[in-house]
Amino acid sequence: MVTEAEIYAALEEVKDPEIPVISVVDLGVIRDVIIEADGSVVVQLTPTFAGCPAIHHMKENIVQVLTAHGVTHSRVDVMYNEPWSTNLISPRGRVLLKDFGLSPPPAFDGMLTLEVLQNAMCPKCSSNNTFMMNAFGPTACRAVHHCRNCRETFEQFKPL
Amino acid sequence: MNIVAIKDLLYRLADDDLILGHRQSEWTGIGPILEEDIAFSSMAQDEIGHAQAYYVILNELFGEGSPDALAFGRKAGDFRCCQLVEFPIGDYAFSLVRHALYDLAESIRLESLTKSSFRPLAELSKKLLREERYHHMHATIWIKQLGLSTQEANQRLQSAIDFAYPHALALFEPTAQDDTIVAEGLQASEGELESKWIEAVTQLLSESGLRLPAVVDKTVHYGGRHGKHTEHLDKLLAEMDEVFAIDETAVW
Repeated sequence: MVTEAEIYAALEEVKDPEIPVISVVDLGVIRDVIIEADGSVVVQLTPTFAGCPAIHHMKENIVQVLTAHGVTHSRVDVMYNEPWSTNLISPRGRVLLKDFGLSPPPAFDGMLTLEVLQNAMCPKCSSNNTFMMNAFGPTACRAVHHCRNCRETFEQFKPL
Repeated sequence: MNIVAIKDLLYRLADDDLILGHRQSEWTGIGPILEEDIAFSSMAQDEIGHAQAYYVILNELFGEGSPDALAFGRKAGDFRCCQLVEFPIGDYAFSLVRHALYDLAESIRLESLTKSSFRPLAELSKKLLREERYHHMHATIWIKQLGLSTQEANQRLQSAIDFAYPHALALFEPTAQDDTIVAEGLQASEGELESKWIEAVTQLLSESGLRLPAVVDKTVHYGGRHGKHTEHLDKLLAEMDEVFAIDETAVW
């Protein structure tokens, strides 16, 4: 019988198709893993953004990866019972995002404010002397900022 | 749990988001500046995603058609969106004003829905409210910036408000289900949401050098919640449904 730890280890292989360095585990979108009595596995997934097209790829990839690990019966349920927030991205995930060139989202409490939104660290030179150019970017989860220190325009995984 | 009332509410929520999302996507490639092109495209993706999430509830919990069939397989008379979202994008001032009026309303509505007695809707709205925050901030920043900039910008915004505001009041057009919706704790009354919205709109406009137009009869543009639409919706659906009409099983 497969264990929960083995499932989580396998899920490390499932990456965000738009940010291929980070796994669904580090992204914090895996809500729960349930192993049924008959050995079948249910993975509970919560979307980053409701309209994110990557969710379909993640669902398919999870089943594929689990199949490759010998789990013949698995299913992915999309849940909203506890909304995803960028605060759920793991510390390792944040490092991976920065190395990938995406500024990690700042942690925040309660409702997102303009101050939080404008607080992005440049992934190139780590300066906080930056300003937001657009709260929207090339994908639903990215904002565009500019660094006054190294004059690089960069993308941020935007706080949600 | 009153299924008729919940479905009535879900269709209104979904259809508003789908049609506005489609309109916003029409700015892709032709925005007045690149950043606004990107912003409207991104908000369009969010709104259509929100519509899809509501259609999924209708499909999975109430046996309505598949999300694609609900989005692309219905006639104008089946839609429950308000008429505001149907209008062509017009100039940037109109699209910005419509977006501001709509998203102020949606934030207030979603806030109420987070307390809904219908749990799937309460959970989903907590999620959507977080995304909506970006739309709200985008709208208010630009209305303030442009409202307080040049005379031309101010006048164009004011003209857009004079046209859009009476239509936006129909966002709160009640249906025969509203008493049940309130009694069952599904959502606050349309009247209560409308009052909060007018307060928020009044404050934003006053901070932006703009004013609320006087409206004698707020029911003039009612009808959308009962399937009565402008000619614009037919044209929009003809374009939006084109591929689905050719092949319902097409895969992208």
